[in-house]
Amino acid sequence: MTLHLAVALDGAGWHPAAWRDEGTRPDRLFTAGYWAELVLEAERGLLDWVTFEDSLGLQSSRFDAPDDRLDQVRGRLDAVLLASSLAPLTTRIGLIPTTSTTHTEPFHVAIGIASLDHVSRGRAGWRPRVSARPDEAAHFGRRAFPPLDLSDPAIAEHVAKLFGEAADAVEVVRRLWDSWDDDAEIRDVATGRFIDRDRLHYIDFQGEWFSVKGPSITPRSPQGQPLVTSLAHDTLPYEFAARGGDVVYVTPRDREDAEEIVGRVRAAEAAVGRSGPPLKILADLVVFLGGVDRKARLDDLDGAELVSDAHVFVGTADRLAGLLLDWRDAGLDGYRLRPGVLPHDLTAITRVLVPELQSRGAFRRAYETADLRGRLGLSRPPSRYRQAS
Amino acid sequence: MTKQIHLAAHFPGVNNTTVWSDPRSGSQIDFDSFRYLARTAERGKFDFFFLAEGLRLREMKGRIHDLDVVGRPESLTVLSALAAVTTHLGLAATVNSTFNEPYEVARRLASLDHLSGGRAAWNVVTSFDAFTGENFRRGGFLEEADRYTRAAEFLQTARELWDSWAPDAVAADPGTGAFIRHGGITPFRHQGRHFDISGRFNVPRGPQGHPVIIQAGDSEEGREFAASTADVIFSRHSKLDEGRAFYRDVKRRLAAYGRRPEELKILPAVTYVLGDTDAEAAERAAEIRRAQVSPQTALAFVEGVWGRDLSGYDPDGPLPDLEPDLDEGVSKGRAQFRRDRGEVAAKWRALAQEKNLSIRELVIEVAAPQTFIGTPRSVADEIDAFVQADAADGFIFVPHLTPGGLDDLVDKVVPLLQEKGVFRADYTGPTLRDHLGLTKETR
Repeated sequence: MTLHLAVALDGAGWHPAAWRDEGTRPDRLFTAGYWAELVLEAERGLLDWVTFEDSLGLQSSRFDAPDDRLDQVRGRLDAVLLASSLAPLTTRIGLIPTTSTTHTEPFHVAIGIASLDHVSRGRAGWRPRVSARPDEAAHFGRRAFPPLDLSDPAIAEHVAKLFGEAADAVEVVRRLWDSWDDDAEIRDVATGRFIDRDRLHYIDFQGEWFSVKGPSITPRSPQGQPLVTSLAHDTLPYEFAARGGDVVYVTPRDREDAEEIVGRVRAAEAAVGRSGPPLKILADLVVFLGGVDRKARLDDLDGAELVSDAHVFVGTADRLAGLLLDWRDAGLDGYRLRPGVLPHDLTAITRVLVPELQSRGAFRRAYETADLRGRLGLSRPPSRYRQAS
Repeated sequence: MTKQIHLAAHFPGVNNTTVWSDPRSGSQIDFDSFRYLARTAERGKFDFFFLAEGLRLREMKGRIHDLDVVGRPESLTVLSALAAVTTHLGLAATVNSTFNEPYEVARRLASLDHLSGGRAAWNVVTSFDAFTGENFRRGGFLEEADRYTRAAEFLQTARELWDSWAPDAVAADPGTGAFIRHGGITPFRHQGRHFDISGRFNVPRGPQGHPVIIQAGDSEEGREFAASTADVIFSRHSKLDEGRAFYRDVKRRLAAYGRRPEELKILPAVTYVLGDTDAEAAERAAEIRRAQVSPQTALAFVEGVWGRDLSGYDPDGPLPDLEPDLDEGVSKGRAQFRRDRGEVAAKWRALAQEKNLSIRELVIEVAAPQTFIGTPRSVADEIDAFVQADAADGFIFVPHLTPGGLDDLVDKVVPLLQEKGVFRADYTGPTLRDHLGLTKETR
């Protein structure tokens, strides 16, 4: 069975000093051309999809607040718009932008991702993300968030609320995606009707944090339900993924840890009473590929060793292929690789790792499906509101 | 030099101007339709391509209005995709200032400006209705009287965010190790009646500095808002006399804000029909109006004015004897009749009696006829005369067909305007500000 292989794109790569490496083009990070080259390379490598990081605050070396560093990449383009600008240039690769469930209106997210699915003809996904940082909340000025002091028990409660709100946001977005039947547009000249309005549905969502009436302003998209993917490190986010997601990205340190995490994800699915296909579980790895240890050089430049939530792999693509196949047996469906340096480590993935996996019979030799759900073996779901006729 | 004309293309909208019953009418949602129309506009060297937006589907009599095209994509998402398949065309998104927040809108517009190499525009629209609010967290939180104060403060805040990154903030110099120049990003703080926000913006300043700002309101407040801060007005005054009066009025307001008349372009929304002869064009125009007003649409128009359910009436019969119900409207989610509905009803009744018109004939009669009807030559002359008479700086063309509705304009009329020397033969710069003759925002 083929591994699922995605790549997470962000700035000049996942090392904070990546932009200072030879071969990078840090002056082009905010141009369409830079991203087009990366995504076309990923598509040449037959990768499942690429994700685009985003947040509603400036990047920081701290998890809880902005810093004042000027020696790392700062600034990002809106991920949904970036993904959309790449859709007409590609034909097979999935495009998955990140948005905030805390500050962005679910209605805007729903029409944005549905539009990305229309533009890409069924290759859109969504990575919902909670924004807990107080500085991001201050950019909106509607809610004051407490400082992220992890020793404060009130913080756990704050974060739990944000995940509750995020679960509602996913529910609203999914309902809006279903709020048009596929055959709502009828163009019936005899009765003068463009649509059959009985095939459009109010979603009438009422929750603790917001209510949304619907229907969407955007007709149902090619996939019906674009792929929902989220990153998780603990029970609460595992359950969030199990409630509304299709794919979860996890961060095991080694094979044993992967086994344990897979068990916890499956337990979370049971705990929330997940119905439908089980979550696809992809492990995140930061990768520095090739014979030269670029990471050590970049750590020196940055003044500190790279800190990451995910396992950091440094070595040859050949050795990485072995690791991926070994960990897979823990129950993983695939991996989301975070290239340490772009484009270097992406090219190493597409031109060295992929052929290596192919030769071991573990990766596709051609794209079999055009849409993203199909690539994961997920069918196109009928709208939940569709009346049996 | 003769005054130069500016042209823009409007993607066909969700009202009855768009004829969906025509066999040539394509999809309103497939990306190919957007790509085709945008590329047609770019082939015609147009200034920009415009997308409208409404954040709740329109309703009539408490049900979703089903007689016009329904369903649109999110405008900035589609424009970002169009940025990849066009090279010069400006890309204008309608974004509501009521059901959005400045930080997010500012970063999305700056992102589109980067992705398009300086071709982004923002049509700032306001709404206040609880009807649209039902799709959003805050519901109908805004009083009608405040919609422009919020819009003005929203735009002002967005400008502060764009200005918080210096034009040369990104050094990206591996030699010195500075990605951001010292002092390149200034923390922002905005405290006002509608927004109290502070922090750091996270998108570098776009190639245009600020995207082009478009404003469409026609009220006293709308005109003043445009005069104070917009780059383009999307106007509804497409008749010569009205156009000149509007043009004079708005341009006169600019001085109070220290702005020159050429810093605000006035572009009325217009429609057109071409024929090989004037008679043929007139005949086609009449056919199109008939297609735009189906029997059901005719009845819906009268219901909108009368404020009553008239579903029992025959569209090919006379107007109802009933008096209009002036308390309750039946139409939601669209620009309401600003004039008194009672007055309109009286006028329509008089006209129907005088000319002996059925409901449908009446609606066809009162629906605004196409702005320019004639041969390519006569339409080109009329467009030019309109602009030279200071009734406009150019036009936003609203085609009635998706996606081929501007083909003949671009193929037959644009070359004549170019021949006259009143419209560019080619783009002279990469950004929308270049096309519009606006300076880069350097504040």
